[in-house]
Amino acid sequence: MYVAVKGGERAIENAHRLLAHKRRGDHGVPEVTLDQISEQLGLAVDRVMSEGSLYDRELAALAIKQARGDLIEAIFLVRAFRATLPRFGASEPVDTGAMRVQRRVSSTFKDIPGGQILGPTFDYTHRLLDPSLAQGVAPEAPATADASTAPTPRVTDILGRDGLIESSPQAEDGASVGDLTREPLNFPADRDLRLQNLARGDEGFLLAMGYSTQRGYGRNHPFAGEIRFGEVEVEFFAEDAGFAVPLGAIELTECQMVNQFKGSATEAPCFTRGYGLAFGQSERKTMSMALVDRALRARELGEEVRAPAQDEEFVMSHSDNVQATGFVEHLKLPHYVDFQSELGLLRKLRQEFADAQAPEAMKEAAE
Amino acid sequence: MTTIAELPPGFADKVLSAQSTFRSVMDAMARPGSLQRIVPGAGAPDMMMRGTAAIALTLFDHDTPLWLDAPMAASPDVIKWLKFHTGAPVVQDSSIASFALIGDAAALPPLERFALGTSEYPDRSTTVILQVESLDAGRSFELRGPGIDGAATLQASIRPFDLFERLRFNEPLFPRGIDIVLVADDAVVAIPRTTRVVSKGS
Amino acid sequence: MAVLAHAEAGEIAARLRDFALPEHQDLRAPENGLVMLRGRVGGDGAPFNLGEATVSRAAVKLASGEVGFGYTLGRNSEKARLIALCDALVQSRDFGGAVERDVIAPLREQLMIRRQQAAAETAATKVDFYTMVRGEG
Repeated sequence: MYVAVKGGERAIENAHRLLAHKRRGDHGVPEVTLDQISEQLGLAVDRVMSEGSLYDRELAALAIKQARGDLIEAIFLVRAFRATLPRFGASEPVDTGAMRVQRRVSSTFKDIPGGQILGPTFDYTHRLLDPSLAQGVAPEAPATADASTAPTPRVTDILGRDGLIESSPQAEDGASVGDLTREPLNFPADRDLRLQNLARGDEGFLLAMGYSTQRGYGRNHPFAGEIRFGEVEVEFFAEDAGFAVPLGAIELTECQMVNQFKGSATEAPCFTRGYGLAFGQSERKTMSMALVDRALRARELGEEVRAPAQDEEFVMSHSDNVQATGFVEHLKLPHYVDFQSELGLLRKLRQEFADAQAPEAMKEAAE
Repeated sequence: MTTIAELPPGFADKVLSAQSTFRSVMDAMARPGSLQRIVPGAGAPDMMMRGTAAIALTLFDHDTPLWLDAPMAASPDVIKWLKFHTGAPVVQDSSIASFALIGDAAALPPLERFALGTSEYPDRSTTVILQVESLDAGRSFELRGPGIDGAATLQASIRPFDLFERLRFNEPLFPRGIDIVLVADDAVVAIPRTTRVVSKGS
Repeated sequence: MAVLAHAEAGEIAARLRDFALPEHQDLRAPENGLVMLRGRVGGDGAPFNLGEATVSRAAVKLASGEVGFGYTLGRNSEKARLIALCDALVQSRDFGGAVERDVIAPLREQLMIRRQQAAAETAATKVDFYTMVRGEG
């Protein structure tokens, strides 16, 4: 039961003032600008956009600044902001095959058309702290090479041609696209809703879930078919204009996991797939997402559902960090009346317990 | 036929006009039978009253499927205006509509053809916006129900004449059911699903 | 028009500055909103909702009757209005050629240069891994 509390306005207001002061920190240190956050903490911005479910670098940077670097708090701020704007509609589905790739690797196929491109990656760094960064030394200009104009088709498209990899499920004519920001979640949930849920799901949660499948809790034998990061164009069918208009480009990361599948009574053995897609450069996120997406297909593929990562109700109900933090953190808000009644009950029970013990004690004393 | 460039304008001040119109509709819903005025702040296409246009600009959007009666649905001007200013998808199937716009009482279909909501989500029903002749003169009706202290009286000239008899189909459906917003020029009266109306004669 | 969506508002405004613009008015005052961005399952399958993006839009009408629509990612209303204005201007007999030549073409060239630079930097990280045959070496 919830009982309202009153009062505390002055203290709350002063706490907010103190928070703002702490956020700013030492005034002798220059204030961080949104451009600095967007340019130099770009991956934090990407994460806030993905899990805030709103592509807007400047807003994400503002949220990070306001939240003092607490990314879940920043995600919360972004989610709240998006609720203030009207929705004009939905974009045409983006074509990740036409991505201007800045990075593209496959761990399964060495020679992919268009080549393997490392791009800006931590992968082969030695994870040694770099003291020169503390000094603020300007990095070398990037090397350049002749860019090929060869297309970079998705690896899964190439291998899908001979039937070794399952093809992507196509939409039925006129089928609407599920939107969990509009319709409350019901189970079982279709793959469109699952992917939307995972795309905005907490990276840490998905990482743990994905990892659990690798450790044997719903093992699905994954290979990274392809991970690509780059820019895609966004088009929107504008009802007022009556035609599709270009909106500009966004950065996306896509992961195609390729998984072993023994086949079933009706399906020949082939590789199955898990899919990950997120805003910005979010490789850990999309890889985890693809692992969990594949795990959640257990029911569809006739696999036994035994592990948490295969349980869509478990995964989808706990993936959202704004919901999760809301419920966990609400525990610290005033619950005095609640707790008083619990205290009262406990005292009564203890008294009853003591009363029940008392005659025994008297008896023992008498003996 | 009107081109987009000639369409009647939307709200001159989007935020304030939408807030003020929302307030009027909310008050009308909270106090069934009470007459609320909408401050007209926008143009209106042919067949649409000023109040209806303001409600459309305030409540309709991309996420609210809209059903139009036959005369409105046949008017390219109405369709274009709604599409440009609200973006609401016009649907043929009245049972999935969030809103229905009725300009011609004769074109009002049986009410059970609209969305009635579900027991879990009774709010997912159609709100029917019905344009009528007058909301301050005509026959007298007595209204009772939540939001009304005892009984309220509404004087109105409404077609279809048997609207309130038809609305009694709401009674056994509760909490499902449809809500009606009556509009006459800039005047608005709401008859939510909880309101019971009896005719007092003229 | 895609070129304009990729440009900065300031760049478009700067290139329009030398134009003796015809009379025009807002048909839709610039406004901010959201567009739900969609991806496809597996990249090429059924669509799903990925997340939203902020979008600004506007519509402008020239005195001569042409109507232009402006849409762009982000919350820069002025940019949406400038795109709408350019969209209207390119349809007009008097301005179409000049807008294409003095606004859109140079912005397209800038965009291409930026993209080529990025592509060249990316190309330098192209990698050829050699697989070692098991049991060798």
